Amino acid sequence: MDVSELTRKRIEELLKDGKRMDERKPLELRPLSIELGVSKKAEGSARVKFGDTEVIAGAKLNVIEPFTDTPDNGALMVVAEFWPLASEKFEMGPPDIQAIELARIIDRSIRESEFIDLKKLCIKKGELVWAVFLDIYPINDAGNLIDASAIAVMAALQSAVFPSIKGDKVQYGEFTTKKVPLKDMPVVLTFYRIGKEFILDPTTSEEEASNSRLTIAMTFGKEPYIHALQKAGDEPLSEEEILKVLSTALKEGKKIFEKIKSQLK
Amino acid sequence: MEKEEKKTKTKKIEKKEIKEEKEVEKKEVKKVEIERKKREMVVPGEVVAKGAEFLPSDGTRREGEEVIATRFGLLEKTDRLVKIIPLSGVYIPRVGNTVIGQVIDITFNGWIIDVVAPNIAFLSVAECAGYINKKDLAEHFGFRDNIVTKIKSIKLKGIDLTMKERGLRKLEGGIIVRINPTRVPRVIGRAGSMVNTIKSETGCSITVGQNGVIWVKGKNPEDELLAKKAIDLIVQKPFIEGLTEKVKEFLIEQKKKPKIKEKEKEKEK
Amino acid sequence: MAYKRPDGRNYDETRKIEAKVGIIKRADGSAMFSFGNSKAIVAVYGPRQLHPQHLQNPEKCLLRCYYDMMSFSVAERKRPGPTRRSTEVSYVTSNALKKVLKLEDFPNSVIDVYILIVEADASTRCAGINAASMALAHAGIPMKELVSSISIGKIGDAIVADLTKEEEDYSIKKDGKEIKAATDIPFAFQSRSGKISLMQLDGKVSIDDLKRAISLGKKMSKKIIEIQTQALKKVKEDKK
Repeated sequence: MDVSELTRKRIEELLKDGKRMDERKPLELRPLSIELGVSKKAEGSARVKFGDTEVIAGAKLNVIEPFTDTPDNGALMVVAEFWPLASEKFEMGPPDIQAIELARIIDRSIRESEFIDLKKLCIKKGELVWAVFLDIYPINDAGNLIDASAIAVMAALQSAVFPSIKGDKVQYGEFTTKKVPLKDMPVVLTFYRIGKEFILDPTTSEEEASNSRLTIAMTFGKEPYIHALQKAGDEPLSEEEILKVLSTALKEGKKIFEKIKSQLK
Repeated sequence: MEKEEKKTKTKKIEKKEIKEEKEVEKKEVKKVEIERKKREMVVPGEVVAKGAEFLPSDGTRREGEEVIATRFGLLEKTDRLVKIIPLSGVYIPRVGNTVIGQVIDITFNGWIIDVVAPNIAFLSVAECAGYINKKDLAEHFGFRDNIVTKIKSIKLKGIDLTMKERGLRKLEGGIIVRINPTRVPRVIGRAGSMVNTIKSETGCSITVGQNGVIWVKGKNPEDELLAKKAIDLIVQKPFIEGLTEKVKEFLIEQKKKPKIKEKEKEKEK
Repeated sequence: MAYKRPDGRNYDETRKIEAKVGIIKRADGSAMFSFGNSKAIVAVYGPRQLHPQHLQNPEKCLLRCYYDMMSFSVAERKRPGPTRRSTEVSYVTSNALKKVLKLEDFPNSVIDVYILIVEADASTRCAGINAASMALAHAGIPMKELVSSISIGKIGDAIVADLTKEEEDYSIKKDGKEIKAATDIPFAFQSRSGKISLMQLDGKVSIDDLKRAISLGKKMSKKIIEIQTQALKKVKEDKK
């Protein structure tokens, strides 16, 4: 049974007074926990929990021939598998649009923020480069999979080391201590609109009650920058709404950035 | 029998030896023992009783002299009756159960209702009281409406519902709280004591569906959330003793809170 | 010379086992089970409505098991999506579990069992079956008994329990050639009847070897049942 129409109305009503069913403030996140090294065969892996939401992400590295248009760039691939383990709503079969969209948002966040220095992943120009595969598995969907997945991926990357190579072959199972070269870590934050109010880190019922969402990927180097945006959901947003959300995003994003950094120490 | 006697004898000797310490702990130990007996967890395949005098009931079966668990849960023995109280799992519908469902489709002669059960449920127009315009059934119960309904019969192909009884109706306003159906008896309490406590302390109307769907409506959303919190508490700690009292204390404590907040607000002003 | 296990274990000793029930809140039943670095997580959904209708069976509930590995759970990245191997493992897992479930109690509906391998170091199907058996019990599904699974191997002349990947790949030199000298035999036993509901083998054994393997498997399965039972009895927390 989906979120009841009655509950949906109540969620909306409460939010008008800045209240939520679980007593959080509109922009308040559930407790965040990050655990590294959850799958030791991966070059890097992490489990992230946002309240009851849980995601595992892993990084695998391989050497490949570079793409012809970028002969001195490493390759990046982000894949999310919404296995029906995590929710009765997911189904077996080829990835659906939710999984594809989530992976693409995170792909763009990493690529456009240049979090991974793809140039440094070149081993021999035109012949051999590193390829980074990032795989995402939701374990329990209790809302806000995009943001949780993004944190899991970033954490997995930060813990990732290169495997050994012999000639042009990876020696699987043998790890070096060399870390994957990274720059400023992007923070991915999704605002959900319920009625006319915006919240962060929704529960499943709040997600179902929302009519629109906006995902923002940002970095906080010398200057804050926006690297990826995704407006989704049925309802359109006004310019004022978007600008307001963006300025809130930079503020809240910075807080979460610090939180993630302190947890990764 | 001889062995048991020996055991008690040795126990007596042991007790004498450490009499003083025991005196203090005695009461606690006794309490724990009683609780353990009450709350023994069993798994499928486990022998839960031996002897022809035992009668296997829910979640058990007989195999020769032995009674075997066929479900995971708490073992309950009352006299000779042996049964297992499940702690988890989906709702298994039974005829006569009052449940809360949601309209998920409308056909030419009735409504398809999701009652969160392994099979789909159907409510026929003929099972509704009063006049219904058959040309527009959605006028009566619309898509996604929540209703309190009763299971009339269970057939191979699904569940048949009825609205022909007092209290069965469409739900307006309030919130829906979902819990695991195995917790429903705790939320209701002995002779309704638990749910009545929540009702009187929060001033909310509450309808508990046997399928774990609960409807709560109060004078304002805050009261509903308070009732929800009490339900969450029961669901999380269903087997602590004196739960009804604890829930009451909890609600009284919680009701004090917003007042403090309001005072703070006043101070700020 | 007698075979010595690389991690120093006795022949009848498993790797460190971890088992936990109730790890996925949204599921109707869930569990994890690991043999050393082989770790499986399982979610059970159902019995629930089955669509499309033509799959429905008026006599009993359909049991669907899906086994898959996380892409990064193995040394060389596994491409997402089902493989011939995962399809077969899903099938034998379903067979290993089916007969202990009272599927006739839920006609026309379905029970879905999702087994995901987080980290793989051999015996993953056994870890998956063990977790699935616990998760099914946790989901409150009527069961005649539990199922426990263990892989038994013949390495050289030794019959050992719970092979690692390294042991699965054990080989000896003969006439200057590397010859595979390990046989892997995964078993599943029903806890009460002791009947065998999964048995596969790849390698080379004599009938006598197999008899020894079955007897060791039976002995080990009792230990696993005990671990599964204890993990289930620890469950107190609520779901949903």
